[in-house]
Amino acid sequence: MVEYDAGDIGPDMSFLEMLDVVNERLMERGEVPIAFDHDCREGICGSCSLMINGVAHGPERGTATCQLHMRSFADGDTISVEPWRARAFPIVKDLVVDRGAFDRIIQAGGYITAPTGSARDANTILISKDTVDTAMDAAQCIACGACVAACPNGSASLFTASKITHLSLLPQGQPERYGRALRMVAQMDIEHFGGCTLYGECQEACPKEISIDTITRMNRDFLRATLSQGHGAIARAE
Amino acid sequence: MRPLESRVPSGPIEQKWDKHRFEMKLVNPANKRKYTVLVVGSGLAGASAAATLSELGYNVKCFFFHDSPRRAHSIAAQGGINAAKNYRNDGDSIYRLFYDTVKGGDFRSREANVYRLAQVSVEIIDQCVAQGVPFAREYGGLLANRSFGGAQVSRTFYARGQTGQQLLLGAYQQLEKEIGRGGVTVYPRTEMLDLIVVDGQARGIVTRDTVSGRISSHLGDAVVLGTGGYGNVFYLSTNAKGSNATAIWRAHKRGAAFANPCYTQIHPTCIPVSGEYQSKLTLMSESLRNDGRVWVPRQKGDQRRPEQIPENERDYYLERKYPSFGNLAPRDIASRAAKEACDQGLGVGEGGLGVYLDFADAIKRLGEQTIRERYGNLFQMYQRITDENPFVGPMRIYPAVHYTMGGLWVDYNLMSTIPGLHVIGEANFSDHGANRLGASALMQGLADGYFVLPATIGDYLASSKPGRIDTDHPDVRQAETEVTESTSKLLGIKGKRTVDSFHRELGKIMWDHCGMARNAAGLQRALQLIPELRAEFWSNVNVPGSHAELNQALEKAGRVADFLELGELMCADALHREESCGGHFREEYQTGDGEALRNDELFAYAAAWEYCGANQPERMHREPLGFEYVQLAQRSYK
Repeated sequence: MVEYDAGDIGPDMSFLEMLDVVNERLMERGEVPIAFDHDCREGICGSCSLMINGVAHGPERGTATCQLHMRSFADGDTISVEPWRARAFPIVKDLVVDRGAFDRIIQAGGYITAPTGSARDANTILISKDTVDTAMDAAQCIACGACVAACPNGSASLFTASKITHLSLLPQGQPERYGRALRMVAQMDIEHFGGCTLYGECQEACPKEISIDTITRMNRDFLRATLSQGHGAIARAE
Repeated sequence: MRPLESRVPSGPIEQKWDKHRFEMKLVNPANKRKYTVLVVGSGLAGASAAATLSELGYNVKCFFFHDSPRRAHSIAAQGGINAAKNYRNDGDSIYRLFYDTVKGGDFRSREANVYRLAQVSVEIIDQCVAQGVPFAREYGGLLANRSFGGAQVSRTFYARGQTGQQLLLGAYQQLEKEIGRGGVTVYPRTEMLDLIVVDGQARGIVTRDTVSGRISSHLGDAVVLGTGGYGNVFYLSTNAKGSNATAIWRAHKRGAAFANPCYTQIHPTCIPVSGEYQSKLTLMSESLRNDGRVWVPRQKGDQRRPEQIPENERDYYLERKYPSFGNLAPRDIASRAAKEACDQGLGVGEGGLGVYLDFADAIKRLGEQTIRERYGNLFQMYQRITDENPFVGPMRIYPAVHYTMGGLWVDYNLMSTIPGLHVIGEANFSDHGANRLGASALMQGLADGYFVLPATIGDYLASSKPGRIDTDHPDVRQAETEVTESTSKLLGIKGKRTVDSFHRELGKIMWDHCGMARNAAGLQRALQLIPELRAEFWSNVNVPGSHAELNQALEKAGRVADFLELGELMCADALHREESCGGHFREEYQTGDGEALRNDELFAYAAAWEYCGANQPERMHREPLGFEYVQLAQRSYK
């Protein structure tokens, strides 16, 4: 661990702006800046990914690193900053990790097959407001990886479950529902994510406050799919 | 440069697209896999195009600088997406969406393109719902809508305040499905640094792998740029930190005309700058102006807290100047009015660059609970950033750069002046004229990517033989060598100033002289300052580290080098356009009461600029804009 002195920090600065200042000082001295992922700085792109004082995205609940401000810390504090640490997220450099495993989980089945041009009129599909609201709660996931970093097992269950929940609640998601659960869960294992033992640390760390209820939904779909798999009846499970 | 030929099909506007689709050549399904299409960018336009082209059977390669295609900045769009569904039975139609968009663009867009956009808008919603995009619903299960600026109908579909996120995830999932199937190969953390043009045709790109630093060439039968806008020329904007103009700018230097670079949209409701180290600006949705009242103190330098300033000492300037639209005046007008108030020394907050957006009356009238239901998440976001509670005192807001209507010139087929180079989404100039209406950016990105480009690119490919060149071709080698040299050059300067210090200085020049209001003297001043700054950059910038590693300072340096050239072109374009239209307001051209004054006789054209070599003035070409269906008229919101 390297210690840097961060001077001229105001309370209204964001955490990443504080890192900008540290980097600017380093570069003024011709030194290589600290690499970290960031982009939108509005808490929606999911790029930022820092362990701050041992907590994923730092001390504020429901807040991504980029939305965290320095007023959450006291003047003179020493703040420890680390990258996400998980077997499935290899470190690229400094605070940057490779989260490609998340994309491969989506590839395994996190979609509804609807080739462009094949859709019918949107209002022919009726979905109750409650259902779509619950689906939207899950669909808000920004794939930052905080859930994995916070989990003592390094499990990607909350990430995977949020997508499974989003799609399996909707009528459009039914035909592929059980195959999706099987394939996405299998991919988590292939990527070396750990298993879920319901610590619940993931929902505490999630900047979008996605609930572990989604994991229950995923487990149910997976179980039904597994049970019916032996009978070759995945497609007929519901 | 090839002459500008819009290739708009003949016939009545309602039939042009259908007719054109029939007349275009097709590629035999068995032959499609022999063609390779390179798609740069993975936002709404890029991801939807890459996925759709792969579904059609083409061999697709998709390049993006993020770690995942889902992080493109389309993800941050809040409000919604327009479509002429007329589900509300409130008089909407394809024609009305077309009309509103042409008028909202202040009559500086191409009618045929806009009409097609309105036609395709309907299919976009169907496609997104089929993918599982969780659009807001009514209790009966049907899709909900809301209203947006510049329209008198309710045609905006939305998913809370995260419509862009949900639409992008829909396209991203479709893309991932195609990657899994083997139709698309992706290149994450890969930045396009040059376009390869062989015998006048776009045949590939030169990229840098930002992790290993490796420079390589990728060849194909056509190149598609969906790389977004260039608002970050201003340093501070609502764009993401990584949003940049490098792909379109380098294509421009290889022969693609750049159209209307001066058309930039400044959004009126953003959180004001709070200090020198502010890194970006955050938008607060336009919807807040439904219930918020905008005001400044009547007295200069009034130090009292806002709630201590009595009613008769406040100036609700939008309500005073535009009684019929009041606080809901269009974006360009509301932005200019805020600037005017601050220029007169009436601004509030640190540095005097802010105006109040006050909900006190609405809270009194509707109750805190109703306001919380309507805007709760926005109030929370405001409080998180400013540490002030908008339920107690007013918000402070100020305009910020948000979107660029200009971009690479494209014909009706979305092809640039380089055959084979197609440009989609915000990166092209096509549909918004001089001002974009709210909820139209998502519509255009997806129209281009899902429906327009996949049809038109076939016409181009059908007339070319697949894959004739390899990476040993001298033009490919040449482009690669130039990229390597320019990277080494940046690293070799070892000057005294950081990349960001140059970017900030450029941003200030642009904001002061080519921002919300422009005039000849200021633009001429900027045209003098920018080349000086550019010269200093190339002799005094310090880019630490090496090229063969993850080097974020080097990535940034290349982007800022391009902004230093593009900024100059924006000013030249703004200077030449001696009229005011949409987002381009020239102080010399205004009506007696301070409204934008267009000059249709002299300026009803798209200005397409041709690159003529380093430090040479660019040559301007005109594409005349005819208005057969929407009558040219002065906009009025009084």
